[in-house]
Amino acid sequence: MSDTTANGGRESALLRFLWKTVKLLATVALTFLGLLLATFLIGRVVPVDPVLAVIGDRAPQSVYDRVYVELGLDRPLYEQFWLYLEKVFTGDFGQSFLTKRDIVDDIRRVFPATLELATVAILIGTLFGIPLGVWAAVRQGRFADQFVRVFGLIGYSAPIFWLGLLGLLVFYARLHWVAGPGRIDIAYEYSITAKTGLLLLDSAMQGEWDAFKNVFSHIILPASLLGYFSMAYISRMTRSFMLNELAQEYVTTARVKGVPEWRIIWVHALGNAAVPLVTVVALSYANLLEGSVLTETVFAWPGLGQYLTNSLQNADMNAVLGGTLVIGAIFVGLNLLSDLLYNLLDPRVRRHA
Amino acid sequence: MSALLTVDDLRITFPTRQGPSEVVRGVTFTLGRERLGIVGESGSGKSQTGRAILGLTPAPGKATAKVLDFDGTDLRAATPAMWRKLRGTRMSMVMQDPKFSLNPVMTIGKQLLEALKFGAGETRAEATARALAMLEAVQIRDPERVFRAYPHELSGGMGQRAMIAMMLVTEPDLLIADEPTSALDVTVQVEVLRILDRLVRERGMGLIFISHDLRLVSSFCDRVLVMYAGRVVEELKASELKQARHPYTRGLMNCLPQIEGGVRPLPTLERDAAWAR
Repeated sequence: MSDTTANGGRESALLRFLWKTVKLLATVALTFLGLLLATFLIGRVVPVDPVLAVIGDRAPQSVYDRVYVELGLDRPLYEQFWLYLEKVFTGDFGQSFLTKRDIVDDIRRVFPATLELATVAILIGTLFGIPLGVWAAVRQGRFADQFVRVFGLIGYSAPIFWLGLLGLLVFYARLHWVAGPGRIDIAYEYSITAKTGLLLLDSAMQGEWDAFKNVFSHIILPASLLGYFSMAYISRMTRSFMLNELAQEYVTTARVKGVPEWRIIWVHALGNAAVPLVTVVALSYANLLEGSVLTETVFAWPGLGQYLTNSLQNADMNAVLGGTLVIGAIFVGLNLLSDLLYNLLDPRVRRHA
Repeated sequence: MSALLTVDDLRITFPTRQGPSEVVRGVTFTLGRERLGIVGESGSGKSQTGRAILGLTPAPGKATAKVLDFDGTDLRAATPAMWRKLRGTRMSMVMQDPKFSLNPVMTIGKQLLEALKFGAGETRAEATARALAMLEAVQIRDPERVFRAYPHELSGGMGQRAMIAMMLVTEPDLLIADEPTSALDVTVQVEVLRILDRLVRERGMGLIFISHDLRLVSSFCDRVLVMYAGRVVEELKASELKQARHPYTRGLMNCLPQIEGGVRPLPTLERDAAWAR
């Protein structure tokens, strides 16, 4: 009898899971629609003439009028939005005014650079930030706590371009520990074919270990700097979440049971602190994925931040809107991911969602 | 009866901005394998007394005593490793509210097994069997379901039973119950108390029952300590509560509402700074 109830429980759990997935997807779709509407409206409001962006400012009036109609600018706004949606769904974001290439191709080129940098950075930030935060919380008010606080404060307050230049000066120019600006040395650039655009991944998959080493030595300094930034934030949040958890009664219960201190800290308290930490890490990651203009400039990193800044300064609206959409999609995607992680980490969410 | 626990001149001090503040001031008592109640209002130091016996005085508080002896072990000199061993196997504590005292992201089963894992050395299967038997002993009808459940999936009464199971599964000699029923409905309170009472008597444990409920304590314990402002102001047998002499205890008794012939309105509890001296 207990068997049948167990099965019934599993079936309804499956149904519940499916229903939740459907709801989640619907939410994502709606969010995207809102995002598209927002970018569309921004595109209409900015004082940049989309026709001039296509034909240049020396074309005759007749060409202007024809393109005006071709772009659908004579139609009512909702029809224009519909046209915009159609284009976006076929992957057509228009052409860049600056590079004269499709926006999609441009983004395909610059986004992997940012993705790679951000991912290595968030790994560094999380792998150091969480243990440091835990350590500071456990040693609250003692030397370790002060040390982590000051270390984090420097990460917060030092301008990143300054740290970047200093890092280049010390580790590249003087000590020769790392490679300089750029993603890869020219010598290796053509030894790997771009598949994912993530050079670490591409070179490893193709067994080009020399190229891999070169890429790694290029990425480690900017990634460490960005990672230091997110580490400062993550360790601070970890510390406060952990202090909150360590003061809870269930920690006393565990102590009364004779559970060793390491397990109380890393399993009981961190298990609970992990739930809000997911949001913190996801937000840090999203921030990194937007591209950091300063870091990308200092390290000549051809990423999304540089691309967007350039486009914005040159009123290249198609590129700006395309990039905005990508960033929006990243936020939606990461929110989705953290929702799923919540489910995994917190049984209370599993029930109520 | 040989003493299981001897406490002499227990003092607990917390540093504050205005200098050290003593919240427990010279508590002395002995406990055999009996049920001792500690009553007092909030802030009287009863909970801190219980925690100090388990070595769980929260930092930056400090507990000192002339004697703090548990079955021949001097607790004042206990190292962290010794504490862990004692706590896991020989002394334990049931806390007030299972909503807070159980880890919300861990199943009851896992939390129960944890008590055994770091206590006695036995296989996982043996431990699971023992844990399930313990859940049955606290009158949980479907122990397997509760074993797999998370704390939020249980009612308050159910959670507190699971808590009691967790604390008794290693068969300790001393149990401290710190307001174990204050967070429960009145009807559930009686049930949980009955379970606790039966288990404590069957296993011949020493019990310290901490409560602010004088009537509950007197019906449930053999002896009662009345605490006020960090001191024991009176110690008496539960059956002789009516003959209490200390004005504070008398005051507490007078505050209990009577079904017939009681005083209305209930008298205000009188306090005298001299009692704290």
